[in-house]
Amino acid sequence: MSETLLRIDGLGIRYSGADAAALEAVSFELAQGERLAVVGESGSGKSTLALALAGLLPRHTWIEGTIAWPALGHPPVAGRDLGMVFQDPGNSLNPVLRIGEQVAEVAQRHLGFGWPQAYARAEHLLGQVRLPDPARLLRAFPHQLSGGQRQRVAIAAAMAATPALLIADEATSALDTIVQRDILLLLDQLVRERGTTLIFVTHDIALAAQFADRIAVFHRGRLMEIGEAGTVTTMPASPYTATLLASHISLVTPPLIDGAPT
Amino acid sequence: MTGALLSIAGLDKTFRSGGPEVTALASVSLQLRRGETLGLVGPSGSGKSTLARVVMRLIEPDGGSLRFDGLDLLALKGEALRRQRKRLQMVFQDPLAAFNPRTTVGHALADPLRIHGLVPRTGRPAAIARLLDRVGLPASLAVRGIHEISGGQRQRVAIARALATEPDLIVLDEAVSALDLTVRNRILELLVELQRQSGLAYLFVSHDIAVVRAVAHRVAIMERGSIVETGPTPAVVAAPQSEIGHALVAAIPSFTSRTTRA
Repeated sequence: MSETLLRIDGLGIRYSGADAAALEAVSFELAQGERLAVVGESGSGKSTLALALAGLLPRHTWIEGTIAWPALGHPPVAGRDLGMVFQDPGNSLNPVLRIGEQVAEVAQRHLGFGWPQAYARAEHLLGQVRLPDPARLLRAFPHQLSGGQRQRVAIAAAMAATPALLIADEATSALDTIVQRDILLLLDQLVRERGTTLIFVTHDIALAAQFADRIAVFHRGRLMEIGEAGTVTTMPASPYTATLLASHISLVTPPLIDGAPT
Repeated sequence: MTGALLSIAGLDKTFRSGGPEVTALASVSLQLRRGETLGLVGPSGSGKSTLARVVMRLIEPDGGSLRFDGLDLLALKGEALRRQRKRLQMVFQDPLAAFNPRTTVGHALADPLRIHGLVPRTGRPAAIARLLDRVGLPASLAVRGIHEISGGQRQRVAIARALATEPDLIVLDEAVSALDLTVRNRILELLVELQRQSGLAYLFVSHDIAVVRAVAHRVAIMERGSIVETGPTPAVVAAPQSEIGHALVAAIPSFTSRTTRA
């Protein structure tokens, strides 16, 4: 039995000036090495949860309940214990810093590496996220890369200090379906190899079902259900989850049109 | 068999902006019939949005022909172009970016009625109410600010605005890609219903071949500026002939197949 990495108990969050709570009475645990998908639509509170775990909530946010990190023994230090990958890599990468510096900085700051050693690690990581010609890429700027390539760089930076927890917040939502699948396979491989715990925040329950161990479904700030991915997607406990499942359009969903136009 | 509403032949477009030349369209030909939905699918950078913009005459092609209801659209200028322009409308991915953020729903819908001289001032409130009704929104929404309403409502208003000029063709460029899944499905149902009522044709641009399969009679697959495959949607999805077609189909998540080894 793996150790518990995260224990959330009665978590409630309300932003300053907001009428309604962004999260209400949320409790669950996460074991080390587990891959949890946090699924919900806009306003579900899924991104608020990610920000709360990363300690990135704005000041004056009202918070109740507890977030405990038994395996770490302290709240995670961003970059060292916890890596984050966001939807838009164009925003999370610094546009005027070379790729090498952005990835190496994480190793330099959090692992106590000297710069030459940090750059060597950056080059190694860029290869591991399967970017071509890492040595040359160290000197490139973000705008010279495609969206998918930038997201690979963001993943390399997030993984540079081998954090215990990786949070991917809609990390593949802005990418086309083909690149999305490649990035998912990459994330899956990286967290498996390193035993990293993964929280994968997404609006797409089918994507969640592809590779999460468990799925947590959020709706209007509340945790509707949490369970094994196979169980949640085949025998949902909550009617809301059933609605989400029914709204997925797959290659076997009956088309909305019939045949050729009249 | 009626003649094509839209007939594109040999369209070329190369972008030059300081850096290397990018061929966005390479000898693209396709046809779209009245009342038909043609899905235009491809990965990021395949040229599908460029093609959509050329059809709307927002981008001038380098060569090729563009015929709309028998008229040479590329040769039209001034008043003659304006008269045809109202027969083609476009709905974009981000409805907030597509509107003046400080306008009201009513003003956004009054604009096309006024610009194209379709409805005299006194008749506009009733015309706006009818447009809102056609997209399933209450007339009371007309006084609301465009930034105050939900993303799904805003996309309905964008569709209502496109309908205002009674177009023959609406170009939908990733028009449902940013919406929550439940909202997305209701918008897709609305589009199909509007087509049934008025024989509209759609050019439906998307990177998601599962969504295209749900609404498009025929599909054209683009890669690197060229159409690599085209045909009736069920046949293409069931047995794609091109490599990129295979990749697009394989990338669609389903509940029955996990991406990774367990």
